[in-house]
Amino acid sequence: MHVEEKLTAETFPAEPEKATLEGKNKFLGFWFFLGGETVLFASLFATFLALRDSVAGGPSSKELFQMPIVFLATMLLLTSSLTSVYAMHHMRNFDFKKMQLWLGITVLLGAGFLALEIYEFTEYVHEGFKFSTSAFSSAFYTLVGTHGGHVAFGLLWILTLMIRNAKRGLNLYNAPKFYVASLYWHFIDVVWVFIFTVVYLMGMVG
Amino acid sequence: MANHTHVQNPKVDVQYRRKKNAEEMKHQIVSFTLMIFLTLIAFFAVGYEGFSAWFSVPFILLLAVVQVIFQLYYFMHMSHKGHELPALFIYGGVVVAFVTIWAFLTVVWI
Repeated sequence: MHVEEKLTAETFPAEPEKATLEGKNKFLGFWFFLGGETVLFASLFATFLALRDSVAGGPSSKELFQMPIVFLATMLLLTSSLTSVYAMHHMRNFDFKKMQLWLGITVLLGAGFLALEIYEFTEYVHEGFKFSTSAFSSAFYTLVGTHGGHVAFGLLWILTLMIRNAKRGLNLYNAPKFYVASLYWHFIDVVWVFIFTVVYLMGMVG
Repeated sequence: MANHTHVQNPKVDVQYRRKKNAEEMKHQIVSFTLMIFLTLIAFFAVGYEGFSAWFSVPFILLLAVVQVIFQLYYFMHMSHKGHELPALFIYGGVVVAFVTIWAFLTVVWI
């Protein structure tokens, strides 16, 4: 199949993301990148776990963390993972408009998550919990901030794809791009599952 | 040759694929519901005073691992065929992750 070929719902392949060689390469290369991202976050988690009790007289996780805001952020990001599944479902059905709609919802939920995180960080700074307050604070901001940076990048990425392809419609050239961006978004949620468990919930247990 | 049969009757093929996609979407919603449920249990386990840290920490870690398996195998389609190398990459990353965390927890003592 040709990359720029105009397709219909009948001729659109069942796995459009892997129908071309370029798509296959993107798919594989991106999973390789996710393996590297796993290692990146592992080193940040390891640093955090080693230093989480080194508060140097500053606030500890028990004094700092509030369950409601973490819970809300978790629900937003988890739901945004489902909405991007919906987007890929519509992509496979060759329904470009619905795919765009669900990607839009994903972006809104992700932006909500990011806004909550920025609010949370400013609150912490007001309470005297700055980046250089303690080894714990540095490890916390580096880990959670790197994840937040990934969320911001993912939002810009998905938005760019949506705008760039708005008039082009769906074809075998951009289907792998949408697919890979949604993989990235799920991976961000995978990392967040460990952040809310290891950083926040374990921090509130003691 | 398999492709030729598809081309001969594309309408039937599309209907079949839509049905399969719809079925898969149902599975996705089931896994999402389970993931929400696991998250709720984890938050309750920490909020509930009756559990000691000795119980709740390993428990919520287990819930996180189960939830991530759902995310990887359903949302990211690792349960589909053609994901042998992605599995190798991710599990390779997981092995390095465990070794790194183990090393940091045993080496850093400040």
